[in-house]
Amino acid sequence: MNNKYFWLGVKESFPIMVGVVPFGITCGVMAVAVGLKPYEALLMSLLVFAGASQFVAISMLGAGVAGWGIITLATLLVNLRHLLMGAFLAPYLLRLPLAQQMMLSFGLVDETYALTVNQINKEGYSAEYQLGSSIALYTSWALSTLVGTLAGSYIDNPLNWGIDFAMPATFLALLIPQLKDRVSLLVFLVAAVIVIPSSLYIPGKWYIIIAALSASLIGGLLDGGEKCEA
Amino acid sequence: MGVKSVRLEIIYIIVGMAIVTFLTRFGSLILLRYTGIPSSFTRWLKYMPIGILASLIIPSLLVQGGHLAVSVSNPYLIAGMVTAVTVFKSGNAILSMTLGMTVMVILRQVN
Repeated sequence: MNNKYFWLGVKESFPIMVGVVPFGITCGVMAVAVGLKPYEALLMSLLVFAGASQFVAISMLGAGVAGWGIITLATLLVNLRHLLMGAFLAPYLLRLPLAQQMMLSFGLVDETYALTVNQINKEGYSAEYQLGSSIALYTSWALSTLVGTLAGSYIDNPLNWGIDFAMPATFLALLIPQLKDRVSLLVFLVAAVIVIPSSLYIPGKWYIIIAALSASLIGGLLDGGEKCEA
Repeated sequence: MGVKSVRLEIIYIIVGMAIVTFLTRFGSLILLRYTGIPSSFTRWLKYMPIGILASLIIPSLLVQGGHLAVSVSNPYLIAGMVTAVTVFKSGNAILSMTLGMTVMVILRQVN
């Protein structure tokens, strides 16, 4: 294993961990507030490792929706966007042994995806880098959930601190340098135009799938068109 | 329920969530392993990161509490613009994130 890239992945995940920790703490606090036991909340973070869907499931449990089917379905819908990230990484991941494919897929969260893509653009794909980033985020997610369940009612809502901005800040720092040609800029604008109304009116996280799919499709078509002209 | 300390229905829910979440993360690999990856698909995938990142960022900056918040009193929008302009001008990711976070924390204190 290439340790250099593993630790680079860990290191570059640190700024984004600042943003993940308050969400993890909130997740733990909320879970206990709706009546989950600390070990149940921790088990959820360890096995599911998908913040948004955990918040949805916890709110549903809190609202008295305890049905296995409906909560599992809601989780599936919230997490469908991972299919797109998996498809993007597929050309790189499919070259790895099956066990590594499964392990890296298990840890594929928005943040690791963004960092791995950034690394692909800089130096090429590195499985070690992706693993380092996954482990760093997985550990901080699980530990911060645990802290939240234990701290429970003692702490104020950590999302009020404004630290949750660390996540969009990191994504912006990764995205802006990618907008260096006309098609990329257009993809960004199309995504913006679609995502604003759809995030307001479409329930769940469907808006991410709709906007990302259509914007990148338009990018792919324009890219092909420009090559034909040249 | 046989065992009182372990609530099986909660465990079932967690395991169900874990299975479907893993399927969304591994599903594309299962599919593309057999079909191969066509070249038109590769061109489309090239722009996927920009599409996904834009779709994650824009609502988190512009939509607050279920409403469009395009105003100077929205700290996420102001701090986001500081971050974007800084990384565009300097190319320095850490500097832009630090500046953006600082602006965010200050605005939160003021409001």
